[in-house]
Amino acid sequence: MFPKGTKRKFSDSGDEPPAGSDDVNQPSSAAVRMLSSYSLQRQSLLDMSLIKLQLCHMLVEPNLCRSVLIANTVRQIQEEMTQDGTWQIMTQALSAANAAAQCSADRLVATEVLCRQTEAAQGEPAPKPFPAVGSEGCSAEEVVVVEEEDEGVEGGVIMSTVSPQAPTAYLPSTFGIDPCWEEETGEEEDEDEDSEECASGSEEGDNDRLVEDSRTAEQVFGTFEIKNPAPSPDPALEELFSDVDASYYDLDTVLTGMQSAPKMGPYDLLESLSSHGPSPLSSSTSCRSDLNELDHIMEIIVGS
Amino acid sequence: MFVVVVLLSLVLETFKSDIISTVEFNYSGELLATGDKGGRVVIFQREQESKNRPHSRGEYNVYSTFQSHEPEFDYLKSLEIEEKINKIRWLPQQNAAHSLLSTNDKTIKLWKISERDKRAEGYNLKDEDGRLRDPFRITSLRVPVLMPMDLMVEASPRRIFANAHTYHINSISVNSDHETYLSADDLRINLWHLEITDRSFNIVDIKPANMEELTEVITAAECHPHQCNVFVYSSSKGTIRLCDMRAAALCDRQSKFFEEPEDPSSRSFFSEIISSISDVKFSHSGRYMMTRDYLSVKVWDLNMENRPVETYQVHEYLRSKLCSLYENDCIFDKFECCWNGSDSAIMTGSYNNFFRMFDRNTRRDITLEASRENSKPRAVLKPRKVSTGGKRKKDEISVDSLDFNKKILHTAWHPKENVIAVAATNNLYIFQDKIN
Repeated sequence: MFPKGTKRKFSDSGDEPPAGSDDVNQPSSAAVRMLSSYSLQRQSLLDMSLIKLQLCHMLVEPNLCRSVLIANTVRQIQEEMTQDGTWQIMTQALSAANAAAQCSADRLVATEVLCRQTEAAQGEPAPKPFPAVGSEGCSAEEVVVVEEEDEGVEGGVIMSTVSPQAPTAYLPSTFGIDPCWEEETGEEEDEDEDSEECASGSEEGDNDRLVEDSRTAEQVFGTFEIKNPAPSPDPALEELFSDVDASYYDLDTVLTGMQSAPKMGPYDLLESLSSHGPSPLSSSTSCRSDLNELDHIMEIIVGS
Repeated sequence: MFVVVVLLSLVLETFKSDIISTVEFNYSGELLATGDKGGRVVIFQREQESKNRPHSRGEYNVYSTFQSHEPEFDYLKSLEIEEKINKIRWLPQQNAAHSLLSTNDKTIKLWKISERDKRAEGYNLKDEDGRLRDPFRITSLRVPVLMPMDLMVEASPRRIFANAHTYHINSISVNSDHETYLSADDLRINLWHLEITDRSFNIVDIKPANMEELTEVITAAECHPHQCNVFVYSSSKGTIRLCDMRAAALCDRQSKFFEEPEDPSSRSFFSEIISSISDVKFSHSGRYMMTRDYLSVKVWDLNMENRPVETYQVHEYLRSKLCSLYENDCIFDKFECCWNGSDSAIMTGSYNNFFRMFDRNTRRDITLEASRENSKPRAVLKPRKVSTGGKRKKDEISVDSLDFNKKILHTAWHPKENVIAVAATNNLYIFQDKIN
């Protein structure tokens, strides 16, 4: 069900990892084409999934089941890409490109979906709207973009139309790179082993680029209300779920707008107090960490 | 024995613009309740057979309409709470009035629907218009008399069960003890007493301590039809857990775990998504349960956990289209399924306004379409077929011509007769067996 055009064009470009190029026992060209087309299909699926995770209709709380399923799909693709080494290649290429690029950041790819390229982009076609919904797969323009890349397999999907309704809380800082929040916190948390590689590899290049990117980001996101200045650029999936957790009456949340570790919701509180209701086992442990955070936050507020 | 040819169709367009979101017959089948996206509940009542109007046997007409839920706004999260009715469940009838539970994402309400066909006349202190009578004019006492009046059906909210769910409620189920019911959201299941609204027991909690580790959610839950201590819940990973409330206060550890091992040959990136169970229903007998995932319906014997006893393919031709369906979000559609009264047949919906019925005994299946063009009242529905191969026969429809916006997610089967209700977007169709 992947678009027919994609297959034909991609198979011609040298998208294979450099490993097998000098091998005498090279697989046949047909197998190579099949492999690369699979990788590209996989990449395009990854891009689609990441966009789905963000483009949530934020008037109503998004469907948790759908988000979980998409996030699991993303995780699955990430794992597979890590296993066959594509992951490292892609993130290294990304960091190398970022270090080398100007503020135009013409190497922004779908993995940093949020920051839109502006007219400063060099040698890049004007961003085309990505058909996120409804049409079949990638458009021809994206094919052109990818062909310009010469490292590894990169889905050159540029998301040019960011819905103004997109919640900042859902901005995924995928693979440890979160250009929009970097300015505020400057730290990165590695959620899992997979992202460790890319996080360390890209840290240096990031900071320079990020300041410039934040300008671009501001143009895009300037009008957005920042509900949750994320304490740390957690990978996409985690940001997503940390916001879903509802701490209605938690004073910290109201005051600081921060939601880091999951807090005990009001119902848990009611349940643990009620003589009848059994309290969920997790509530006591999260309560303790909540108190620590509360102390920490109070310190910040008091300014000690 | 399941009659394949379905005849009578009644198209009721009470809904105009609102999409029907749930359909449910009551215990006797006399009443049919529907909920819609606008928070309204419409109840239909079956006409009694009468000699005067022999052809109107079994027609369902509007009995009561009321606004069950209103849209709300959560100020702390700056999010709307939809008024869409997710589920309606009838309570067993205990007196002249009917009661049902209706729920949106956050709040469950118990509604009492009662009839009034008499009114008192001849009050002492006020006259027929309701105006107070001048006390000096009252010279004698009289006893008010009950006089017949036009039937009036009133719905009043008797209980409101609120503030117990952080996540979106997807299921409610009345227990066989007729005193309690459960409500399930994405991560928790609560047990309520029908009389008590300010307290509920949390009996299942799958929320991880760290939300970042969340990989599985609850998709549906139901109480066992006879054993009031047993219930099941399904997950987004295609598993079903049967729990016994006698085992522990918090039923996090299941008594039985139902999962079919994955077929490694058909594994793809979409495997998990299509295995997510969208509905689970016990059979009337209580011996079996049925689950609906994206492409199939499975019947499970409660005594066998490692695989279903029957599997029915609903629209296997979509397996090659999963990427497109993922792109347009159709892959996340939640189809429901239902048993007939004798558990010999099951029904579920599909796209293009198609719905499918499977006879468990004869293993025959049929695809029918709920559409206005093809349904005149009393007309016989023609079986439909989707062509999967290259060659398309005359009456068949090709997979690419299917309309994925026309989806039948909600269907219901009369508890005793072969009458079915099918919701196609904003139209409700009621079909029944051909009568000679």
